[in-house]
Amino acid sequence: MKVNGADRPAPADPRRLLSDHLRHDLGLTGTHVGCEHGVCGCCTVLLDGAPVRSCLMLAVQAEGHHITTIEGLAAKGSPLHPVQQAFHETHGLQCGFCTPGFVMSVVGLLARNPNPTAEEIDEGISGNLCRCTGYASIRRAVQRAAELSRQ
Amino acid sequence: MTTRWFGERVHRVEDDRLLRGQGRFTDDIDEGALESYIVRSPHAHARIRSIDVTAARAVPGVAAVYTAADLPFGQTDLPILIPHPNLTHGRTQRCLASEVVRYAGEAVAFVVAESRAIAEDAAELVEVDYEPLPVVITPEVAARAEHLVHDDVPGNVAAEMKQEVGDVDAALAAAPHHQRLHFRYERAAAAPMEARAVWARWSTAEHKLTVYDSTQSPTSIRGGLAVLFGLPEASVEVIAPDVGGGFGPKIMLFYPDELLVPYAAMTLGRPVKWTEDRQEHFTAVNQERAQVHEVEVGFDGDGKVLALSDDFIHDGGAYTPYGIILPIITAGQLPGPYRVPNLRVRFRDVYTNATPTSPYRGAGRPHACFVMERTLDAIAAELGLERAEVRRRNLIQPDEFPYDVGLAWQDGNSVVYDSGDYPALLEKALHSLGPRPTGDHVGMGLAMYVEGTGVGPYEGAHVQVLVSGRVVAATGIPSQGQAHATVWAQIVADELGVDVADVEVTSGDTRRFAWGVGTFASRGAVTAGNAMGVAARMVAEKAKQVAADHLEADPADLELAGGQVRVKGSPQRGMPLGAVAVLSNPVRYAFGGGTEAATQFTARARTGPPLREGEQPGLEATGYYSPPGSTWAAGCHAAWVRVDPRSFRLEILKYVVVHDCGRVINPMVVEGQIEGGVAQGIGGAFYERLAYDAEGQLRNASFMEFLMPYATEIPPIQIEHIETPSPLNPLGIKGVGEAGVIPVGAVIASAVEEAFGVQITEMPLSPLKLFELAAQSTSASTSTSTR
Amino acid sequence: MKPPPFQYHAPATVEEACALLQSLDDAKVLAGGQSLMPLLNFRLARPAHLVDINRIVGFDRIYERDGGVAVQALARQAAVEDSEVVARVCPLLRDAVRLVAHRVIRNRGTVCGSLAHADPASELPAVLLALGGSVVVVSSRGGRVISVANLFTGVFETSLEPDELLAEAWFPASPPQSAIYEESRRHGDFALAGVVRAGDRLALFGVAPTPVLADPSDPARGLQPSGDLEATPEFRVHLLRALAARAFAA
Repeated sequence: MKVNGADRPAPADPRRLLSDHLRHDLGLTGTHVGCEHGVCGCCTVLLDGAPVRSCLMLAVQAEGHHITTIEGLAAKGSPLHPVQQAFHETHGLQCGFCTPGFVMSVVGLLARNPNPTAEEIDEGISGNLCRCTGYASIRRAVQRAAELSRQ
Repeated sequence: MTTRWFGERVHRVEDDRLLRGQGRFTDDIDEGALESYIVRSPHAHARIRSIDVTAARAVPGVAAVYTAADLPFGQTDLPILIPHPNLTHGRTQRCLASEVVRYAGEAVAFVVAESRAIAEDAAELVEVDYEPLPVVITPEVAARAEHLVHDDVPGNVAAEMKQEVGDVDAALAAAPHHQRLHFRYERAAAAPMEARAVWARWSTAEHKLTVYDSTQSPTSIRGGLAVLFGLPEASVEVIAPDVGGGFGPKIMLFYPDELLVPYAAMTLGRPVKWTEDRQEHFTAVNQERAQVHEVEVGFDGDGKVLALSDDFIHDGGAYTPYGIILPIITAGQLPGPYRVPNLRVRFRDVYTNATPTSPYRGAGRPHACFVMERTLDAIAAELGLERAEVRRRNLIQPDEFPYDVGLAWQDGNSVVYDSGDYPALLEKALHSLGPRPTGDHVGMGLAMYVEGTGVGPYEGAHVQVLVSGRVVAATGIPSQGQAHATVWAQIVADELGVDVADVEVTSGDTRRFAWGVGTFASRGAVTAGNAMGVAARMVAEKAKQVAADHLEADPADLELAGGQVRVKGSPQRGMPLGAVAVLSNPVRYAFGGGTEAATQFTARARTGPPLREGEQPGLEATGYYSPPGSTWAAGCHAAWVRVDPRSFRLEILKYVVVHDCGRVINPMVVEGQIEGGVAQGIGGAFYERLAYDAEGQLRNASFMEFLMPYATEIPPIQIEHIETPSPLNPLGIKGVGEAGVIPVGAVIASAVEEAFGVQITEMPLSPLKLFELAAQSTSASTSTSTR
Repeated sequence: MKPPPFQYHAPATVEEACALLQSLDDAKVLAGGQSLMPLLNFRLARPAHLVDINRIVGFDRIYERDGGVAVQALARQAAVEDSEVVARVCPLLRDAVRLVAHRVIRNRGTVCGSLAHADPASELPAVLLALGGSVVVVSSRGGRVISVANLFTGVFETSLEPDELLAEAWFPASPPQSAIYEESRRHGDFALAGVVRAGDRLALFGVAPTPVLADPSDPARGLQPSGDLEATPEFRVHLLRALAARAFAA
């Protein structure tokens, strides 16, 4: 499988979840695990560019596909991706645990819909849980991200 | 360059690493650790006849399986964290149960293996022979005491406490109007996005135990582990790395895993880690919120409260490790911002066969607020007065501070409000709320609250200017997203006249700062923030002393600004702070970075020994702040709400918060705390609940069925603030961490009551509950009309 | 929790998949995984074998046939949501798919998987019922068509044999007066109750062990819905009546 552009191996054990494989076998701990039921969204990564729950995939299922994790959005030392930058500007994160999942979901959302309305933003982020922010600043982050992406 | 950071919307220094996925949460740490799983009781109350782990131990990849019999501390009760003279029948659990289990989720065995998956496979082979016992669920059932949770605790009562101000019985008897009211709050969960996790390593070579723990008090854990394992404190390091939300359950200390994981690491010779999964988290981690209140209020024809009596039962759960802090807070916060000349509050803390209770954001304050606010609304309804007007007539006025309520507070002192302007909060909230929206089934929610914040005993901070001119600061308490590193950097940067970006703050790491209490009860900014201020001021004073010699000026004529120590009014006569740091440490051997200026053959500023008597080398200081008492924040929430008459859905049309947390260090951070708190409050009022059945089984232990709101369920919140500085601390600040959540239950209840025309006396609500209330009130009016 | 142990198979063709389903005892098909993986992660499902059909190429078509839309086994719900064919021929299906969970789930979840899973509270079985569609199932013994009336037999139960694979679902074109409404606690949650109108046909979901057809003038007749934490039977009936009235108001 390709992870953030690099070839990475699949695990030997088929029951290894993609979330655990990324975090513990490949050392990419930016993807977080909040529930393992597919509800909270902390584990969201991009599979061939589309957001998916990595806790609901077996790692072996990712073979032959491209996975993008939060670490793949901006290279070390490079400026933040517009979505990341937007979250920073609007105080869209507090503890940071749900943040990678939100960022990846928003990257996917804006790829499909670069100019979302307020309703489309709410619809687009409604699959991710945040316990810290109350979502107000995250809404502002998506709007800001759309602006930054247009520049 | 900006010289004043206090009050600025400084963007967070924490963000970059978290946004890049470079955060370091406890489960992120592997380093060859064995993984583990806790076998938990499925029964809410049962005797354990036997535990057989033979088959589990034989599974390939399993390193060890522990039961109580395998632990040297297996028969030791875990500590009561906050003893209290009224806690006459406090009980705590043991690390692993071996005789009786008293809640579904209580730990019984600990499996350590090469992977979590293998540990879970092996756990399925652990055979525990349980003999179920009668289950006590709900505080009402507990109080009836037909069955006991602990054989040696009569009536299931862990503690009873009664307080009275004035003469309630006489005042009630004399009051022209009375009401009796009954209120009920069900259990609720904090549900941070990161469940708990612990990682530990024992190094024989260094004789050191290192523990990473998703906890709100590393210093307490470190102290406890040192005592338990007979180690000197210097041999135990506890670090709370990045923590994905706390909200209270992580200030419960000495969960069994916090002892089991280090113990396993010490005995197995390899690091060991344990990460909770979400389903387990629901019953393994402390809960809160269940209380039942019986209220009697006497009032006059103007709606003034003359006497209030509140008799409540607090659901303590199966054990009382956290003492009786929660009901003490409820009792102490009961009168809120109002004058209650005769007040009696009595509580019983009862045992139930459910997860133990300890603080969850709000920590007893939401109940007090609910009781007082709903009582005022009932008074308004009876007298035909406007609800806001009843509040106006009872509010403590701005010229009455300090105001001694006369009740006990959680820090051992009594409740004394230090400053505030309650009428202004109310008027501003009403003004911002604006006129009633058109449409049917619309109601107004209104509630005010006070919040005791910044409780002691103390916090400390270490601040140091490095020879490079950068500043490092450290304190003992950890963060779970509150932007401490940014906010404290603002305080330090102001004192030292440097840029916020040049201040690096470490927190929650006993290796960097070993003294302190913890992050809870809206105290971090007040206590650690002021400690940072104290330490930074000490550094500033020392910098002036050292620089004075070299600048040939009086320290009193010096100021710190622009990264320099310079003469006031003659900014060209100055020296960089880094240079002062160099000079503060006289050296024999220069090692670069400008240190040659501090060697013995350079021009000396004064005669005598290089270090004066009592002076220490380095531009650093350790300072402490110990508050005389809590400092009291306050606020008012108001909302317009619509209830759909067919689906019984809640639509929040407008939600306004006016809060007062004293002087505001970073408005952006404060708003984030309030927005998050309100969202948690809305979740707790209309979506979330812990559905225990009569057998003590939690029926909805998953995110599919425990309904935390998504963005689509949370409306925009309008926030305004006023500032009544705290006279109790040098920065004039008050805490705000819990402010958002405290009054939300009362706001939603009062709004729904008005929108819907049905009396609301319990939390949480839901469409189903409203449907049933509507059906009851219809049948009640039908039966009345047919009589 | 972590999934319990299982044998993993990833057939490359439909024939291979069928052969595996025939020869293996206690095997479950893994398609989108959005329903099965949570069950595995809770250890509520413990199949000895998982047959992962995601490797099968060309098994994800969405195309027009027989006056309706055919959706093959691996067509993702997101693809159906975005499909021009579906929007043109059966917009009711598109509207229904938009109500399924959240987009991120729909990126993996499949329409056929949702039908095979047969959750009484899910939308797509009720849409199939309201439209009078059918499914094509295949096995080593051959293929057969099951009409929707004979498909859903109980809670999480269909009339598929253990060795059969649901290969394609056929949705007739939706008539102009079509709508789907549901009542749920949060956006994207499973419905407490829901209705699908296709012309003058009405199908209900969330109120019976399977989706059921109902009489628009008396939608609750004969219903005995179950109760759970968020809805008693009475509340379900109440919601249902309101939803049905809304669906037939226009």
